Amino acid sequence: MSAVAVSAPLSATYQNWHRFSRNPTAVIGALIVLIVVLAALLAPWVAPHPDHVGAVVNFRARHLPPSMQYWFGTDNVGRDILSRVLFGYRTSLLLAVVVLGIAVPIGTTLGLLAGYFGGWTEIVIMRLTDVALAIPPLVMALAVTAVLTPSLLHEMYAIAALWWTWHTRLIFSITRTLSHQEFVEAARILGASRFHILFRELLPNCASAILVKVSLDFGFVILIGAALSYLGLGVQPPTPDIGAMVANGADFLPDHWWESLLPGAAILFVALGFNLLGDGLRDLYDVESV
Amino acid sequence: MEFFYFLIRRVFWSLLVLAGLSIVIFLIARVMPGDPARMAMGPRASQEQVDDLKAKMGLDRPLVDQYGRFVVGLSHGDLGLSFLTKRPVNDDISETFAATFELVLATILIAFVVGVPLGVVAAANKDGSADNLVRFFAILGAVTPSFLLALLLQVLAGYVLHVLPTTGRLSPDSPMIANITGLLTIDTLLKGQFSAFLDALRHLLLPSIALSAATVGQIARITRSSMIDVAKQDYIEAGRAFGVPNRVRVFKYMLRPAFVPPLTILGLEFASLLGNAFVVELVFGWPGMASYGVRSIMQKDLNAVMGVVMISGVFFVVANLAIDVLVGFVDPRVRIRGSRA
Repeated sequence: MSAVAVSAPLSATYQNWHRFSRNPTAVIGALIVLIVVLAALLAPWVAPHPDHVGAVVNFRARHLPPSMQYWFGTDNVGRDILSRVLFGYRTSLLLAVVVLGIAVPIGTTLGLLAGYFGGWTEIVIMRLTDVALAIPPLVMALAVTAVLTPSLLHEMYAIAALWWTWHTRLIFSITRTLSHQEFVEAARILGASRFHILFRELLPNCASAILVKVSLDFGFVILIGAALSYLGLGVQPPTPDIGAMVANGADFLPDHWWESLLPGAAILFVALGFNLLGDGLRDLYDVESV
Repeated sequence: MEFFYFLIRRVFWSLLVLAGLSIVIFLIARVMPGDPARMAMGPRASQEQVDDLKAKMGLDRPLVDQYGRFVVGLSHGDLGLSFLTKRPVNDDISETFAATFELVLATILIAFVVGVPLGVVAAANKDGSADNLVRFFAILGAVTPSFLLALLLQVLAGYVLHVLPTTGRLSPDSPMIANITGLLTIDTLLKGQFSAFLDALRHLLLPSIALSAATVGQIARITRSSMIDVAKQDYIEAGRAFGVPNRVRVFKYMLRPAFVPPLTILGLEFASLLGNAFVVELVFGWPGMASYGVRSIMQKDLNAVMGVVMISGVFFVVANLAIDVLVGFVDPRVRIRGSRA
């Protein structure tokens, strides 16, 4: 045996990181997400005019085009649009975190149950998903806000009430194929509880698919939230919300284009970030089914 | 024959989904806090007036009884009276539904005519620059807020280029159009009103482009990956070995089976398509269900809102049934085996 330098076995984390960093879409996506999350967290400190977030009126500075002082220009009452966008990111991210925080655990659990037990459990759960799938989330949110009052909280409930379906379908299809594999059979023979099989044996095998799905979902939930606010049914003023800013600015098109198009671009930016990240993670974990 | 049973089964499940949908909608309408009669009468109405309206609309009966009446009404296609217009909700909705239907049909048409070729080109140049370009635009289409694209198109076409109308379905000075299908582009063609047809088409163009962006991206992405999957099949290799011309191989033997996943995806995408149609309709002043629905929400017209949600759900279910039939038509394996994979 000649002295071949055997490289030390690389840790799985490092290997993943190495492949991740070679994937340009994933890296760009991760960077965008990082920028947006930092901007939202640090908004009170990095926003050039943090006081413009509330119901401030500054008529002398209204409808100013983008400049060194106001990077994104000012709106119809003279507020700095960039500052309001940065604070608006807080609302968008909060919406996505809460919606997915409710929808993902529920959807995942239902999917595990349906996929593992089959039979009537599967029929009941999957038909329930079909019902929820038949209602457009945006229309559902409209209906809920019609009965209750428009607010961020009601918007969250309405979207979460339908969003679990996608996770149920995804986890169901993965679990159904996994539940007949030997490691599950082995666990069963060893006397593992159903809880153990569902959450310790099956769930970890769904983790990468869930991660990819959640990353993509972040973008789409933010988009739906923006559409609702655009219709005037989401967050109520004066809380800064990017969708509402686009709607207000649209009255002043095309002369004061920055008032609607720049906040619109800000939504596109964050949705693009999460989507590129999800796309990159999909390649990384090789989960084409998501 | 297998396919026939498959369809019967699908119709049965669809009816079950609709029943579930009616329960969900009923629960939202009746069980959530808020008094629909009080909403309809306004805060200044006396309690007697509110009670009177309640009795008239059956809101004072037990919930189960109310649900029974709701379902009986639904089975006759009766969605109740609008609190606001005092007209049957189905009359109001059927007037606006045709406009939404036309917009959605045009969108699906664009999505397939543009999305499938893009997917084929991307698959043929896998990992090449054309592929990357298509993939990038697919993602861009998916993440562009529909209202932003709608506004951009409106500014570009209406204010900058002055080429296309930016609001409504017809020009104000257009002639009367007979109501046959409710789809203006088809009605005008049937009646031979060619200039009115062009007018309707020009109005339809921008909203349907704005609405189709996300779906075009999805269709392109799915077509690409299913073309790549099909290309790995042995029979394609065999075809190459037998000297089947490239064009025949791609279009006849690869594209046809690869066509099934985009169709299936379209069924799932349908709900978000309808949701986005709400936003696009508002931007372009398209007189569809969205304008009606959002107005009803602002006015707290509960029956009207529930009608809109119910019709959206029915639209989704019927569209998915239609897609199942279409998949069986495209893919004979589905007809024989009796289900889509």
